[in-house]
Amino acid sequence: MARVSPKSMIWLGLFALTWLLATFGQGWLEAAGMGWAMQYPDAWVIPLKDSISAAMIWLVEEASFGLFTFTEFTRGISWMIEQPYNLARALLAEGFVEGHGRRAVQLVPPFSWIAVMAGVVALGHYARDWLLAAIVGAAFLYLAVFGQWESAMVTLASVVIAVPIGVAGGLLLGITAYRHPSFERILKPILDLMQTIPIFAYLVPILFMFGFGPVSALVATVIYAMPPMVRITTMALHAVDPEIKDFGVMSGCTRRQMTWRVLVPSARASLVVGVNQVIMLSLNMVIIASMIGAGGLGFDVLSALRRLNIGGGFEAGIAIVILAVAIDRLSQAFAQRATTFTPPPKGDTWIKRHPRSVIVLAILLVSYGVGLILPAVQTYPDAATLTTGKFWDNGVKYLNINFYDQFEAVKLFFLQGFLLPVKRFFLGIPWVWAIAMVTAIGWTFGGWKLALMNLLMAGFIAATGMWEKAMITVYLCGTSVVIASVIGIPLGVLAAVNERAGRIIGVLIDTLQTLPSFVYLIPVVMLFRIGDFTAMVAIVLYAVVPAVRYAAHGVRSVSPELIEAGVVSGCTKRQLLSRIRLPLALPEILLGLNQTIMLALSMLVITALVGTRDLGQEVYIALTKADTGRGLVAGFAIAFIAIIADRIITASARSARVRYGLESANG
Amino acid sequence: MTHPAKLVCRNLWKLYGAIPSQMLDSQQFSPTDDELKKLGVIGAVKHADLEIEAGEIFVIMGLSGSGKSTLVRLLSGLIEPTMGEISIDGQDMLKMSERELIELRRHKMGMVFQHFALLPHLTVLQNVAFPLSIQGQRKSAAEARALEVIELVGLKGREGYFPRELSGGQQQRVGIARSLAVEPEIWFLDEPFSALDPLIRREMQDEFLRLQGMLKKTIVFITHDFDEAIRLADRIAIMKDGHIIQIATPEELVLNPADDYVQEFTRHVPRDKVLSVGAVMEAGADGGGEGIPASTKIYEVASQVVAAGKPLKVIDENGQAVGAIDAQRVIDVLVGNGA
Ligand SMILES: Nc1ncnc2c1ncn2[C@@H]1O[C@H](COP(=O)(O)OP(=O)(O)OP(=O)(O)O)[C@@H](O)[C@H]1O
Ligand SMILES: [Mg+2]
Repeated sequence: MARVSPKSMIWLGLFALTWLLATFGQGWLEAAGMGWAMQYPDAWVIPLKDSISAAMIWLVEEASFGLFTFTEFTRGISWMIEQPYNLARALLAEGFVEGHGRRAVQLVPPFSWIAVMAGVVALGHYARDWLLAAIVGAAFLYLAVFGQWESAMVTLASVVIAVPIGVAGGLLLGITAYRHPSFERILKPILDLMQTIPIFAYLVPILFMFGFGPVSALVATVIYAMPPMVRITTMALHAVDPEIKDFGVMSGCTRRQMTWRVLVPSARASLVVGVNQVIMLSLNMVIIASMIGAGGLGFDVLSALRRLNIGGGFEAGIAIVILAVAIDRLSQAFAQRATTFTPPPKGDTWIKRHPRSVIVLAILLVSYGVGLILPAVQTYPDAATLTTGKFWDNGVKYLNINFYDQFEAVKLFFLQGFLLPVKRFFLGIPWVWAIAMVTAIGWTFGGWKLALMNLLMAGFIAATGMWEKAMITVYLCGTSVVIASVIGIPLGVLAAVNERAGRIIGVLIDTLQTLPSFVYLIPVVMLFRIGDFTAMVAIVLYAVVPAVRYAAHGVRSVSPELIEAGVVSGCTKRQLLSRIRLPLALPEILLGLNQTIMLALSMLVITALVGTRDLGQEVYIALTKADTGRGLVAGFAIAFIAIIADRIITASARSARVRYGLESANG
Repeated sequence: MTHPAKLVCRNLWKLYGAIPSQMLDSQQFSPTDDELKKLGVIGAVKHADLEIEAGEIFVIMGLSGSGKSTLVRLLSGLIEPTMGEISIDGQDMLKMSERELIELRRHKMGMVFQHFALLPHLTVLQNVAFPLSIQGQRKSAAEARALEVIELVGLKGREGYFPRELSGGQQQRVGIARSLAVEPEIWFLDEPFSALDPLIRREMQDEFLRLQGMLKKTIVFITHDFDEAIRLADRIAIMKDGHIIQIATPEELVLNPADDYVQEFTRHVPRDKVLSVGAVMEAGADGGGEGIPASTKIYEVASQVVAAGKPLKVIDENGQAVGAIDAQRVIDVLVGNGA
């Protein structure tokens, strides 16, 4: 610290002042009769929650578009989603039934497990080869053998419905945005915002409009999974070779022909990437969607977590992962197939051209017939299922009995040495001072616009009475992000400079990313039980991925010329890293940090299950009570925290890029 | 031999950038290059006047960035001009409705692209049938016609291939077949052979001349290769910085280049292949022999004239003697001493 610039001196001073205020501020302020600056007075809270709730009630009960009311509108949408969903669910899981509850009679059973297995194996073979067929078959066999079949089929039914809706909707929006630049200008900021708003901010309004049940879950899943498809569609259409577009015009295509016969097929390679994204995001939503009424595996995990039934939760969690892997592999293979243009099958009859479909159809019919006599053919026999629940329970018991002290020690160490002091710090800052600081930071990095935005957003949080919960959120996310960065960035750098380590880390990261976020919670709860520390570990596991990925990418993409320049001027390896690679990778690393924060914030409602007291908990409670106002206000508060963090980091990444001459100052 | 003008453009301009509206409104729209430069406007095509006759091969030629593609995109209606008129068969193209333009393109125009612009997800057959199926023709009829043109360009047997399974030359044959499938009257080709290597390019040029011999389309052909231009062209328009500098037959270009820029192009041309006997002969002089038609190219008769050792008679298309040619004149052409 030989030379410190005046600017950093000021910031250091301000930080010290903040720390002093956080530690002693309460006493001072109370002595000065300014307790209101410490604790936002209840009397000042704007009853926004109530207004929103009232508005929602008005919307549902009275709003009308003239020809039809709002409720009729949502019912209409519900009905349209429900029909295909019910069909898929009947075919895969429940069969066609007459009557309700105990008196329900099954008229036609669902597809037998053997038929479904045959179907996915055939898909695997069609999409690539026997190896893929075997992998997918094994995955589904696992679901049957480990007793997860029925739940898995319910989940599959919702994926089968959500994905086409998400793809079609994304495609249409994307095409409209491509064709009408003015529509794109409106859509783009909304998409940007959606990316920074954690999913559950919109769970509550959806719940309120569509009621608790699979429809709400499907709507939420589609809203969550669709934006990347929109983006990719617009981008892919813009990227179609201009010559091809000219060709379309010159052959006299109408606009519709141009879109569907020239542009969309030519952009096929990119579009399938979008489809893949929709599939993965839909699977990611499985557990969260079960909070508003999706059944299946997600519901199993959720209820197991609520009852702290570790074994059961773990089994269902693994089943989700396996289902996700199987579907992901299949969709990847289909994506590849779609871009390598295989000639159409030859043969003179339909049967000869579609051997797989014929076989699957035959198995379906035969298994239906035989299933009437031999139930084991229709439904995988319960007696033959294995359960690993006991094993996991025992494992946890064993660990807890034999290593209780060690786990406890780790937990205590982090809690007392890190989490609790940080928590005290954030809760201790007078809100007036905190808002001033956030505004000042906005000013330095982004000028008056960012300063004003920060002021308004932070002000909103205080004014709606969310301050304390917001500070707990900031503390929980902040500590998790710090730890995720401390672990993730060095791993990323290592992955970039060492090829072998890079490969291993790559595999690890890919695996972490395909797991639905909830799954992280289970083993952590097993070992550390509920509380802030558990929440933090789960968040870190989920949010570490972008830290690693962006750091690795940043270091890798430093221009080789600069590295050579360093080598020529006699840098050691260590100097190369610290003087050239790291500083130049800084902007990328900052972007990774940004993503890490977003993921951490989106884990919050999940960690609410383990008893945190933050905004996530607020949303979760609002969900269980279907209290729209409460949920939306808390959701907005989280979104605002996300947006403030996002804008500050993006601005500082930009100024870092400008400093290294990677971007022009006015660009 | 005057043909009716098929495609005409008058005072055609295409500018990129912000153009002051009072400039566009003014009666005499004719900004100079300096004025455009001051405004920061790119003049891709400036003041183009063309009359393309039915059945001719009209080549547009110029260096990269000279505005060839822009001009052809204007003529084919792919982009709208900043100023000017275009008419096709006497109809004002700029006044046509969207629907009329679509009909025009479906039935009167065909286009071949530099990088082929084949649809990657369709087979050769489907690619060639594409413009027909866009018009709503039944699949069987479209495919029957597609097979005909595929055979015409010598790709029979490859109907089931996908574009990526073909060589560059073969892909461009598909592009040509596709553009011919609708039997267009006007055929636009934007550097169709530039992406091919020289041997294939020559082969494709021969193929192109063979097809034109049969089909007699009105052709607008773009190239930046002067050799290609003189091999194919009935007339050539030479462009530079958006201006059309000269429109002439290859022979006239060689004999009377409008400026140094044009002359530079013609410098390395094999003159005996461009110049005709009529352009080199001594007009009105007497000569022996049976008479050489004046339109014969020098290289075809060079050895005959030199071997004769005396001036030979030159006749016009009616068989009338119009002059004589001797060995000295032929040798002058061959070694490049003037015309
Ligand atoms: N959409 C556009 N926007 C701005 N400038 C353009 C646009 N299209 C073309 N130009 C400019 O117009 C000029 C002429 O371009 P054009 O493509 O017609 O040249 P070209 O003769 O076909 O060249 P090439 O042989 O490289 O194809 C160039 O300076 C180009 O930069
Ligand atoms: Mg061009």
